[in-house]
Amino acid sequence: MNPAALLATVTGRREPALALLIVLLLVLIGLRAPFFITLDSFEGVLTDTSILMMLAVAEMLVILTRGIDLSLAANVALTGMAMALLSQAYPDLPVIAYVVGAMLFGAGLGAFNGFFVAVVGLPPIVVTLGTLSMFRGLVFVLSGGAWVNKHEMSVTYQTFPMNRFLGLPHLLWIAIIVIPLMWVFMRHTKAGRSLYAIGGNPQAARYVGVPVAARLFMAYALAGLIAGLSGYLWTARFAIAYTEIAIGLELVVIAACVIGGVSIAGGVGTIPGAVLGALFLGIIANALPVMGWSPFWKQAISGAIILVAVVVNSRSERRKGKIIVRRAEEHPR
Amino acid sequence: MVAGPVLLNVRGLSKQFPGVKALDDVSLRVRAGEVMALVGENGAGKSTIVKILTGIYKPDAGTIEIAGTPMQFSRPTDAWAAGISAIHQETSVFEDLTVGENIFMGHQPTRGRGPLVDWKGIHRRSAEILDRMDVAISTRSLVRELSVAERHILGVAKALAHDAQIVIMDEPSASLSRKEIDHLMVIVRQLRDEGKGIIFISHKFVEIFEIADRYAVLRDGQLVGEGNVADVTQDELVKLMVGRSVEEVFPKVDVPIGDVVLEVSHFTHDTEFEDISFTLRKGEILGFYGLVGSGRSEVMQSIFGVTRSRSGTLSMHGRPIKISSPSEAMKHGLALVPEDRQQQGAILPLSIRQNMTLALIDQLSPRGFLSRRRELGVTRDMGARLSIKAAHWDQQVDELSGGNQQKVVIGKWLATRPEVMILDEPTKGIDIGSKAAVHEFMGELVAQGLAVILVSSELEEVRGMADRIIVMHEGRICGEFSRDEATAEAIVTVASGAQAGP
Amino acid sequence: MSTNASEGRAAVRDRAAESPWSLLRRWEAILLVFLGIVFVINSNATPYFLNIYNLADSTFNFSEKAIIALPMALVIIARDIDISVASIIALSSMLMGLAAEAGLGVPGLVVVGLATGATAGAFNGFLIAGLGLPAIVVTIGTFTLFRGIAFVALGDGAVTQYPAGLAYFGQGYIGGLIPFEFVLFLVLAVIFGVVLHMTVIGRRIYAIGNNPVAARFTGIRVDRYRFVLFCLTGLMSGLAAVLLTSRIGSTRPNIALGWELEIITMVVLGGVSILGGIGTILGVVIAVLLVGMVTFGFGLLNVPGIIMTVFIGSLLIVTISIPVVIQAVRVRAAARASSRR
Repeated sequence: MNPAALLATVTGRREPALALLIVLLLVLIGLRAPFFITLDSFEGVLTDTSILMMLAVAEMLVILTRGIDLSLAANVALTGMAMALLSQAYPDLPVIAYVVGAMLFGAGLGAFNGFFVAVVGLPPIVVTLGTLSMFRGLVFVLSGGAWVNKHEMSVTYQTFPMNRFLGLPHLLWIAIIVIPLMWVFMRHTKAGRSLYAIGGNPQAARYVGVPVAARLFMAYALAGLIAGLSGYLWTARFAIAYTEIAIGLELVVIAACVIGGVSIAGGVGTIPGAVLGALFLGIIANALPVMGWSPFWKQAISGAIILVAVVVNSRSERRKGKIIVRRAEEHPR
Repeated sequence: MVAGPVLLNVRGLSKQFPGVKALDDVSLRVRAGEVMALVGENGAGKSTIVKILTGIYKPDAGTIEIAGTPMQFSRPTDAWAAGISAIHQETSVFEDLTVGENIFMGHQPTRGRGPLVDWKGIHRRSAEILDRMDVAISTRSLVRELSVAERHILGVAKALAHDAQIVIMDEPSASLSRKEIDHLMVIVRQLRDEGKGIIFISHKFVEIFEIADRYAVLRDGQLVGEGNVADVTQDELVKLMVGRSVEEVFPKVDVPIGDVVLEVSHFTHDTEFEDISFTLRKGEILGFYGLVGSGRSEVMQSIFGVTRSRSGTLSMHGRPIKISSPSEAMKHGLALVPEDRQQQGAILPLSIRQNMTLALIDQLSPRGFLSRRRELGVTRDMGARLSIKAAHWDQQVDELSGGNQQKVVIGKWLATRPEVMILDEPTKGIDIGSKAAVHEFMGELVAQGLAVILVSSELEEVRGMADRIIVMHEGRICGEFSRDEATAEAIVTVASGAQAGP
Repeated sequence: MSTNASEGRAAVRDRAAESPWSLLRRWEAILLVFLGIVFVINSNATPYFLNIYNLADSTFNFSEKAIIALPMALVIIARDIDISVASIIALSSMLMGLAAEAGLGVPGLVVVGLATGATAGAFNGFLIAGLGLPAIVVTIGTFTLFRGIAFVALGDGAVTQYPAGLAYFGQGYIGGLIPFEFVLFLVLAVIFGVVLHMTVIGRRIYAIGNNPVAARFTGIRVDRYRFVLFCLTGLMSGLAAVLLTSRIGSTRPNIALGWELEIITMVVLGGVSILGGIGTILGVVIAVLLVGMVTFGFGLLNVPGIIMTVFIGSLLIVTISIPVVIQAVRVRAAARASSRR
């Protein structure tokens, strides 16, 4: 992984370095399995990774504020089940009802986290650890432990994600819309910037008038909204809903953020970084079978990559620190 | 300079904290086009006033009027909106964001009426403001890369960007070099000439007489004097501040100076300090003076083994020793009362007893098992010696006053029976009573044959207590004075980097 | 100064004047009340609950988790966290399986299990205390890595051929009544309790958790302590792997899946502050029993285990909210009282 560190210092920014690394990875895979680097294959990888990329964006909002959301995957499962049951009960609903319904439902779950973190002031890791169990258990309560299978969902419900518009599946289109929207939000709106301020220096954020509690609440609710949307897409795409959907995904999502350069200490991270981090994991997952490796390698490789990414991150962050002795040539002005 | 109408009118401000009356019926006025110096010792109530004026604390009683309109600040934003802007001592910045974004955070202009932040506008206006102050900082550089002085200037830029009418500068020059201070003074005058009201908080009389039009003196939370700077002398100000004359404040005890105990040679660190050499003798109080950020604390911490990456040698009683961790330093008879009492010194949520015995817990615990009886013995002993005021010894340290907290930290180290005691800013932010007790106590220490290093940014404290004074600037020793040659002017000149010392 | 000193000596008491009632306000007391309620409800709901044999057997459900909760409490009190414990179980159990297939005997298997756990913990400790990386991210990484290695080694297969002698650890009884696992947990709980509350080591762990910087300035080798705590958590996870493998007699890569969050929940429920510095072993033990008894009761009533998680999740949020809310109410009341003056 030295190339990454090297590139990071050369380009001074993490995202281009990660992008180059991904290209390098693709080239290496392409040498062994040329058909992996075709447009069709790319489309497949991107579609497969869409949900992970969106969830990484959601998780980033929260990590940026020095928090963490362990309940995102459980939110996916609960919202997915709720929408699947909705489709079973009212098969004639238009797709937009599921999409909007999922976003509202997910945002509600996120707001529940947000209330305890922002208003009551509990540590995010404990709150979302609690809601992780609650949401996951509620999936079972909601469904009575039964699965919602393909034939029980309405056709509109399950075909929407993989139906195509202008040659690309809707699922991919949604990611193509959501990610840039979130980028604009985080890069170019006051609310988005305030999350950086809160994570960078909560005290100072309060001094300059950032409504800290309201913005924290927003971050969790928004993360929940994206998770909810992902919940519908997941159950619809795979045409099945059950209790264990997306189990363990919460930690994969955090891993994507870490690889993408989002600092767990808060205040540092970008949407492109989080998305590239997710893409990196997605490519590896998709490349393993192509390379003729057992899919059982996926987890071990991901783990190793996370650890390398943490080490690289800490190296690039360590440059800070006060500098008292100023050499003559370093004197400004 | 003719001052304009009254901008800020504060009447009868009071604020009570558990156990302390921080402010007691204080009234102040600041006119447009006027610099008002707010002076007082640490703990006199200056920062409480600043925090009330910026909406961080709510006063228990009193009124604030701005340009004749009564105001109530329930949030920092309220004060900000009313036109008050403070440049805080601990500069509150966002290190990973750009200079431009820092200046406008929380108040970013948007493009048209839409929700999008006008980045071009931010950078253009930031550049204009920085230009106006004649500083060459790129608005796109990260604050992480700025020096301490540049961060202060960033604070001023924030106030300007917001078009604040009342600017509070809380010890703006504490860590600046002479040249940087001169530049700051130019900016302050510029603000004044634009008709702003400025509250200038400083410990340095030179600056107060140079820049301020009026003064107000606080002592123990009360306003004890105010007037025109032109009508007052430095001695009178000091007398107002401390409530007695300077000689009485420092009970310097004359102790015969013995052999060299500690010798530090050529201590060098990559970024923090360079070529530090000095000796310390038995019975001596060695003062280390320098601006905040001149590398004094960093040197002390590396002697004590907290900072590992450095070169240079250390010897005690002429024998070379190696220290690579605080526990090794303790074995060699060193003790360090660190600069930051709350972060580095005391463990606030633990009890007085647990704090006091932490450094020698091994000796107090037979076969590793804690003994409450032995712990209490040491705690009672030290508590009495330092006259610590508390309800009981199991009381949490964060419930004590600053002075008593500091006494607990000193007691913790004293209990280890050290040969060399390093006190880094031991009286920062504690009340006058405790301060005097700490000074008196230092005299007792050297009388018992200890050697003491006193690091302080209070010139009077170093001059009053130390036998010898070493002055640091930008990580280097730039002068050494004996007690007799240590005039305030000479030390300040050397410390600000203007010239090399004798 | 001398008059001050004598005044000081007279004025400062050795300890706070506490009424015996203040004991009831302690966290452990609240948990005990909860535990009592659960007992009453359960024994009214089903006659099978108060059967001594059933009660004793119910401890099989939580003893292994409880054994990891002990070192986890120390890690969290010292301001760290270890997400990788369940993955360490998978790794240890996998290596035990491979060793068993290679024909290793019972003592050898136990050593393999414990040594693997300790090594995995040392790896965490090196990255966290040695390189100074954040514990939560590192252990999320090793959480993925360790179980990933188990997947690489076993795929979708399983090891089921263990020597018969291994069964005692996870299935045996002491005195024909109390499971060996539970007795082991109780013994370990006493040892952990004594170390944390009565020795220099425990005092230093609290110091580190409350203020790692000041602890370092006071000569405590903070990083060494943190390293050892991660090794210890690894070792106990290895022990749990031996017990669990013995109890179920087989190893799959998804063994003990999701346990890490259950264990952390138990610890936090036991009154250990996730922010470090606060907590007792007694609290953790009561919380473990509470969770165990609730699970057992639900099991007897044929309530699916997954419903349990809703209950535990809610319990976690409610219990940690209580002190925060009480504090807020108290502050507000105090503010009102002072403004009235």
